[in-house]
Order: sequence, then structure tokens, then C-alpha cells
Amino acid sequence: MDNSILLRTRRALAVLIALFGFILPSAAFADALDDAFSKLFANQFSQTEQAIVDITAASPPRGAEILDALGDGRLYIDPLNKRVIYLTPAGDAFDAKTGAKVDGVDGLKKVRVNNGVRNALEAAVGALSVGAADPQKRIHAAQDLFNNPNPKALAVVDAQLAKEKDESAKLALEQARAAIVASTPDASAADATRAIAALAQRGDEAAKNDINAIAVKYKDPAIAGAAKSAIAAIDRSLFAWGLAQNGWYGLSAASVLLLAAIGLAITFGVMGVINMAHGEMVMLGAYATYVVQMFVPASMADWSVVLALPVAFLVSGAAGVVLERTVIRYLYTRPLETLLATWGVSLILQQVVRTVFGASNRQVYSPPFLSGAFHVGGLEITQNRLWIILLSGAVFAMLLFVLRATSFGLQMRAVTQNRRMAAAMGISTTRVDMLAFALGSGVAGIAGVALSQIDNVSPNLGQGYIIDSFMVVVFGGVGNLWGAALGALTLGLANKILEPIIGAVQGQIVLLVFIILFIQKRPRGLFAQKGRAVEQ
Amino acid sequence: MSRQLDFAGWIFVAVMALAAVLVPLATLGTPDGAALHVPTYLVQLFGKYLCYAILAVALDLVWGYCGILSLGHGAFFALGGYAMGMYLMRQIGTRGVYANPVLPDFMVFLNWHSLPVAWWGFNWFAYAMLMMVLVPGLLALAFGWFAFRSRVTGVYLSIITQAMTFALYKEFFRNDFGFGGNNGLTDFKDILGFSLQSDAVKAGLFSISAVALIASYLISRAIVRSKYGKALIAVRDSESRMRFLGYRVENIKLFAFVVSAIMAAVGGALYVPQVGIINPSEFAPGNSIEVAIWVAVGGRGTLVGAAIGAIAVNFAKTYFTGALPEYWLFALGLLFVCVTLFFPLGIMGVLSRIRFRRKRSEVATGTAT
Repeated sequence: MDNSILLRTRRALAVLIALFGFILPSAAFADALDDAFSKLFANQFSQTEQAIVDITAASPPRGAEILDALGDGRLYIDPLNKRVIYLTPAGDAFDAKTGAKVDGVDGLKKVRVNNGVRNALEAAVGALSVGAADPQKRIHAAQDLFNNPNPKALAVVDAQLAKEKDESAKLALEQARAAIVASTPDASAADATRAIAALAQRGDEAAKNDINAIAVKYKDPAIAGAAKSAIAAIDRSLFAWGLAQNGWYGLSAASVLLLAAIGLAITFGVMGVINMAHGEMVMLGAYATYVVQMFVPASMADWSVVLALPVAFLVSGAAGVVLERTVIRYLYTRPLETLLATWGVSLILQQVVRTVFGASNRQVYSPPFLSGAFHVGGLEITQNRLWIILLSGAVFAMLLFVLRATSFGLQMRAVTQNRRMAAAMGISTTRVDMLAFALGSGVAGIAGVALSQIDNVSPNLGQGYIIDSFMVVVFGGVGNLWGAALGALTLGLANKILEPIIGAVQGQIVLLVFIILFIQKRPRGLFAQKGRAVEQ
Repeated sequence: MSRQLDFAGWIFVAVMALAAVLVPLATLGTPDGAALHVPTYLVQLFGKYLCYAILAVALDLVWGYCGILSLGHGAFFALGGYAMGMYLMRQIGTRGVYANPVLPDFMVFLNWHSLPVAWWGFNWFAYAMLMMVLVPGLLALAFGWFAFRSRVTGVYLSIITQAMTFALYKEFFRNDFGFGGNNGLTDFKDILGFSLQSDAVKAGLFSISAVALIASYLISRAIVRSKYGKALIAVRDSESRMRFLGYRVENIKLFAFVVSAIMAAVGGALYVPQVGIINPSEFAPGNSIEVAIWVAVGGRGTLVGAAIGAIAVNFAKTYFTGALPEYWLFALGLLFVCVTLFFPLGIMGVLSRIRFRRKRSEVATGTAT
């Protein structure tokens, strides 16, 4: 009983001293530090924890080094000379108080550390760096404090706020302060009002929780009202950002679908042939990425994904040509059997890859520009998804160009519209078939490169996308790039909009049922071909 | 051609009927190790093949005679299997792990307190059998009505049937859907009071499967040989012409599709007690495509060929996955490619060609002398 009162007084004292320590920098340091260090000499965990708080509050010039050393087990007491010594990672010894280098001391005892001490240290290091010179570090420290509010750090935050010049650091500190207020049971009403204002400005889920935490503690109707309107405002903005985020996810899902399906739209459109092995062309592209990465020298590793794009295009394109020449061209008049034969090819390709590379997933390296995320307001944008969207846009534009502006594209469109008429006009339909198949498969290979960044590279990779790709093509209508794009966009967005409402699996099922019903109304897709070629 | 098929058909019926009688005798009436003894595991294995054969005959009816390549027939098969599985689950009663007299184990595990409506009545065998016919039949009716009415044909139809089974596959995977989720239904104890573990019941199920296969063959044969069957084949060969001649093409297709779906469901219902489990993987799109290759291997549009193809391919699958597991997919893939490229008429086609050649050479030698 006595002891705890003593402890509490000491704590209050330490905070007081800390406050004064900031206001009257010079002399107070020494006293507070001495006090803190004296606790270290006891070398008991509870005392050490207390010392950490004191050191943080005092915020001496070498505070960070001392606490770091303590965490790493490099802090020692020298009972003979009543000194505290810390070692640098390099092994040099310094006096913790004066900062002077110490040589050849014996009888040092290590300050012991347990989990309680480590927790205290973690909070303390965060609080300490609130006073760091670099504003970026201060912001970071304030954010840490926001996430793990520590009532003991309030004094430090206040002190820093009083002299803070940097606007964004000030904002972060104010939010950290609000979180601390939310986590202390006995903050003043003024503090609470101030905290609610700061949290309302932050406006995310965590802020909402903190406001709720504050609201339950105060009976004051003014505070309750402020909290209520703040939460309502936060909910509105969260909802809007949530919509935007889902839209982004939908766009990203659509871009993946488009990449996987657009090659299919070409082959299906030109030849009326269902290529069940299309998913395996995607898979080959992903494995091509893996192989390229193995052969690229370390200095170029970051660019291996870019390098893999043309390689994957060629590998999958070549596989497509082989498939067309050896199997599909004999089956043009029997589309249903093409479906079976290409399914067989897909089984063989899967097993080939499984035999060569093994059944387990392969790791494909993600370069820095494809990993991580950044925020736009409340929107989290992952880099790899962003690049995949750009890539699918680029592929789409390129295909559009090929189809619209090259003579091969013209021939392809002619064959799509009316094969026999095109042949009569002197177009070599077999050559167009082969090249179109190469193009469609090559684009699938590019899709594989993109998928290697967001999905597991395994022999089954293609299987996961083939049915969705078919849905895109069926929905959009064959032989029409815009149809494929619109189909992918609709399905991708609808999927991600339905997902939070009825769950991911249910959403997909609803879409499948929708397409089954849709195809009743428009059996040839959104952009159906018109004219005599349709009835075959 | 048709007389030869007839010949093959009667041989097939005779062989199946003999198997239905002799196999139970051989497995129950002889001691282990006797020369004619058929071990129980073989009875079960071939019983499974017979169920696959029923499924294959069902698909051949729509694909071989009506040109509808359904890639969703596995779904009808699985639905029939689930109906049977639900009955068998209810029969477990208090012998389950949680010993709940009404709720199957997985429902107790999920903390459900009452039986979902979909499960009501499944403790009666007759009701379960009714559902086994009704659910897949109505699904096929609704699906086919939509699809055929709006003239979805060819590969489009194949793709949406695949989407259908894929949607069911995903739905049945969900625990909340109420059919055992990922694990499906298993741990069956007995059927109509007879233990599923006993050799006699296993042999009995084999015989019933054989009889069901004969029945599906004879029904399908009757259908395709009837006046309606002629119209069916005509739709396959030239749908537009039939429509212009004034036939209601969608109704013609729909009838075959529904009959075929029910037949597939019967196969599934017989399949489940013999393998002892039904789970969502039966809905996997790959399974349904595999059925098409059984039919293609045997020879489509022959009915007998479909059954033979199903048994042959599955026998090969059992052998390969045991002896050379890593080569099975190669073999299956090559089968898909080679049959479609080189033997579009399948085993039956090859057989009849051989007979045709022999006859022709006989005629040739006859005129020479």
C-alpha cells in the first residue's frame, strides 16, 4: 500500500519534472536522469520500467541510444563508480549520463530485460522520437502513438505540440494526443472536446473507435452531441471512400479479366473455336516470367518482369501456333469437338508444366515498383494492381490498333465477318487463322506475366480464369474487342459491388446466374455480330 | 449399320443381365480364394463404373442424337447423388458422432438447432427418390426451357451448361448452403435397414446398377427409334430446316434434355451408396467434360458405345492412377486429342468399319470366283 502510493507520487513527479525538463532544459535534466538511473541500479524489472518512463519524460540528448541499448541488452550498470554505461553495436562503451567515452571498465552488470520492459521500451521509443529533429520521423512517431496510445506520452506530445512548426506533424501529433486522451480514463472535458475535433478530422475507422471510447466516458451532453455528429460525418465519408475503394477493386478485377479474356475473344471471334487451353496459355506466360527471372542477372532483377512481357508473348504465341497447326485446324468444321480436343491439350500442358517445374507454387519476384501501396485520401492503391490496369489498357489499345490500322487486322476482321467471302477475295484464311491464334495466345501469355504478380504461379493457374474468361466473351459478344472490354468491366465491377453485400462466392454465383439469364435475351452477347455470317 | 448396332446392343444387354445375376453369385456364393470368386472391392469398383455408364448413356442421348454437348451433366449426376446422400444421412440417426437423432453431424457441428426445410422428408426413402427425379428434372426443364427457347446452341450452350455446374459447385461448397459444405455427405451406415458394409448389399447395389444401366439403354434406344427420335436426329443435323418445317424444335430438345438429366441423376443416386461419399467436387466442370470423352471414346450416337467408353476409360483411369499416377493426365489429354482427331466415331465406329470392310471383301471375292 505504502509502496504503491510512493510509486504514484514518483510517477507524477517524473511527469512534472519532465514538463519542467522541457521548459527549463538545463539543470532539470540531470536530476531527472539521476533519479531514473538510480532505479536502474536496483536492476528489478518494475524499477527498470519506471526508469524507462523517466528517461522518456526527461528526453535527454542520448535518450534514444540508451533505450536502444537497453532493448538490445547493451546497457550496463557500473556499481563501483555508480555509472550507467551503454555499448554501441560496434562495442564502444559510453557513459549514459555525460556521453563521454569510457575505456576498460570491469565489474559491469547487464540491465536485465523481460517482456514487460520490452513493452515499456517500445512505447518509450515511440514517445522519444516524437521529439526527433526530422519532421518525417516525428509524424511517424505520432502515428505509432496513435495506434498504440500510451498515457505516459501525453506530456511529451503536449510539449512537442507547443513548439511544433510543421503543419502535417502538428496534425499527426494532435491526432496522437486525441488517441491518448481516448485511452486515459480521467481526461478533462476540454481535452475530450479537442480530441473529438481532431479525430473527426482524421475520419477513419480507428478514429471512430476512439470517439466512441471518449463518448462513453462523459455524461456531458455537449461532448455526446459532438461525438455523435463527428461519427455521423465519419460514417458518411467512410461510406463514400468505401464505394470508391470497391470501384477500384472492381476496376482491378476487370483489368485482370480483360487481360485473360481478350485473347479468347480474338480466337473465338475469328475462328468460332473454343480454346479450352486458353487458360494454359496464361499459365505458360506466368512460368515464362519465372524462367526469365532465373536467367536475368541480379543487377537487372528489377526489370525481369518487363523483360518477361515479350518473352511470354512469344512463348504462348508459339504454343498457340503449334496448337492451331497440329490440332485445331483439322477441327474447324466441328466446333464441339475442338472444345474437347483443346481440353485434352490443356490437361497435357498442365501435366507437362507439373513434370518440369513441380506441382508446388513458384515464387516470382516482385520488383519494388510493383509492391507496396499508396493512399489517395481514404483510397488504398496497390502498385501492382495499378500497373496491371495500365498494362491491360495498353494491351487493349495495341490490339485495337492492330485490328483497325494494320492490313492483318483488316484481314482478320474480314475473316471474322464472313470466312468464305474473305477467302474469295484472296485472303489466305489459313494464314489469318494461324496468326490470329498466335496473337490471341500471345496476349494470354502477357496476362500470365501480370497474374504472376498477384496470384500463385502453379500448374492450375489457368483453370481459375478460364470459366470467368468465357463468361466475359459470352457476355460481351465474340469478335469484338469493345464487347470484351465492356464485359470484363461489367463483370469485374459487379463482382466487387456484390461482394460486400452478399459475400464473394454468392456474388460470383449471382453473376453466373445473371449471365445464364442474359444469354437468353441476347444469345450472341452484348455486341452481337449482325448479318448473314451469324447463322452458320 | 443399324442392324449391327442392334446386334451389339443385344450382346450388351445380355452381358449386363448376366453380370447382374452372376456377379452376386460369384462374390457371395464362393469362398475367398476360389477360382470364380469376385472380391468385394472389384464388385464395388465395377458398380461405380456402371453408374458412370448410366451417366454416359444419358449424355449420349442429348449429344449423340440431338447435338447438345452438355458440359453440365455432372451436375445432374451430383444432384441425384445428393438426394440419395441426404436420405442416407438421415438414416444414420443417433449413430453419428454427436448422436443427434434428427440433425446430421455437420449441422450439429455448425450449431444449427433445427433441420432446414430442404432436408424435411428425406428420412423417407420414397420421398428421397422422388426428389432425386424432381430436382434435377426441374432444373433441366427450367434451364433447357430458357436456353432452347432463345436458341442458344452449339458452343454457347456448352459454355453456359458449364457455368451452371460451376455455379452449383461453388454454391455446394458453402457451409451455409446446408449440404455439408466442403466435406459433403459421408459416413453412411445403412440403406432401407440393410448395412452398407455388408457384402450382400454391395453385390445387390451392383446388380441394381446393372439393371438400371440396361433400363437406361433400353429407354434411350426406344426414344431414338421412335418417331420422336427421328425428329430429334433431324434437329441435330439441321435445326433451322426442322424449324422451317414447322416443328417446335425447343420442345423436342427439351424432352430429351430432361429425360437425360433424370437418367444422369439415377446414375448419381446409385453411385453414392457404392462409393460412400458425395461432395461438391462432383460438380467440378472438369468432371462433366470427362463424361464427354467417355462418350466420344465409345462412339457417340450409339448408346452402347457410350456405356462401353465409360467403363473402358474409367478402368484405364483406375489402372493409371494406381500404377503410373503422373502419366494419367497425359493419357487422358492424349485420349481427348486423338479420339477427336483420328477416331471421331469411337470404338463402335472402328468396330463397324472393320465389319463393313470384311463384308465388302467377301462380296469382292464372291464376284471374282
